[in-house]
Amino acid sequence: MSGQSSAGGIHHWWAQRLSSLALIPLSLWFVASALTLIGADHAHFTAWVGEPGNMLMMVLLIVAVFYHTGQGLQVVIEDYIHSEAALRSSLIATRAFVYIGGVSCLLSVFTIAFRS
Amino acid sequence: MVEFNLPADSKISTGKTVKAPDGATRIKRFKIYRYDPTVNENPSLDTFEVDLDTCGPMILDALLKIKNEMDATLTFRRSCREGVCGSCAFNIDGTNTLACTKPIADVSGDVKVFPLPHLPVIKDLVPDLSQPYAQYASIKPWLMADGSAPPVGEHLQSPAERAKLDGMWECILCFSCQTSCPSYWWNGDRYLGPAVLLQAYRWIADSRDTAADKRLDDLDDPFKLFRCHTIMNCTNTCPKGLNPGQAIAEIKKDLAKRL
Repeated sequence: MSGQSSAGGIHHWWAQRLSSLALIPLSLWFVASALTLIGADHAHFTAWVGEPGNMLMMVLLIVAVFYHTGQGLQVVIEDYIHSEAALRSSLIATRAFVYIGGVSCLLSVFTIAFRS
Repeated sequence: MVEFNLPADSKISTGKTVKAPDGATRIKRFKIYRYDPTVNENPSLDTFEVDLDTCGPMILDALLKIKNEMDATLTFRRSCREGVCGSCAFNIDGTNTLACTKPIADVSGDVKVFPLPHLPVIKDLVPDLSQPYAQYASIKPWLMADGSAPPVGEHLQSPAERAKLDGMWECILCFSCQTSCPSYWWNGDRYLGPAVLLQAYRWIADSRDTAADKRLDDLDDPFKLFRCHTIMNCTNTCPKGLNPGQAIAEIKKDLAKRL
């Protein structure tokens, strides 16, 4: 047990709280929007994503979701996985998952928005 | 990975039963964890039938009666018998608390007494507290004053400043909260635990201490402080009615204010 702090605990904790706060309105907006889009055809849906306001909200939602997911998974992994090798590789895999997942979703939004 | 099952050599077998004397009418059964490091055997759960008509009202009274009259080898820590020394903390009836302040009448059915959870057991109900003690020492639990507040003379404190220490100075370091915390079970080697963090905040909140910033620096760590996930077992179990969960939240708030 060392007396020294590895520093940075508060940044992770605070970022997790802020992203969870941001997700409250973003998730409510997303659910409400999804309900209005029930039964919509493909053309209507792509047009909806292409609206600047909707596109902005989708981008914010995706960033917040993947950022928050990565932070949350990291905490769970640090809690339960103790072997150094398994811990490091799980954390790297988590990062890869949230970056690839997040960027893929963002690219999907941009592709739909700018092609329509 | 975290171990969810007891290792094979920690599995508890059924031990002996010591009957109450003939003629006893009010009998309470105490099931007590026994482990003897000098014999190569798994721990066992011994049953002692205690005659409540000849026993004091508290769990500690029954443990002392068992040790004095039924099995002198039963080993446990105790000292003050009035809830100020913190020695007789055990897991009683599924909850960590002090045997001296827990009435036997509060337990319905058999009284199960185990050592504080998730610490190495030295013998019977005596856990090895080396790690929590070392963690307590690591937070420098003493007044650190650089001489600036006040520059000379005694350390004066207003009643309001003094009141900030209420709910913290009362801690007797029995480690009931510490060993009730699942985060401490999983990561006790790196997470300081609720008892130690309550003490850390006791010094951060002290108006006479001038090392709060340094203390907060030392705690700003993903493991030492931030393994607390506000499970709140600590506050639920504290036999002194203190709130380590709130003290930990105050440390997090103080750190957040510096961002």
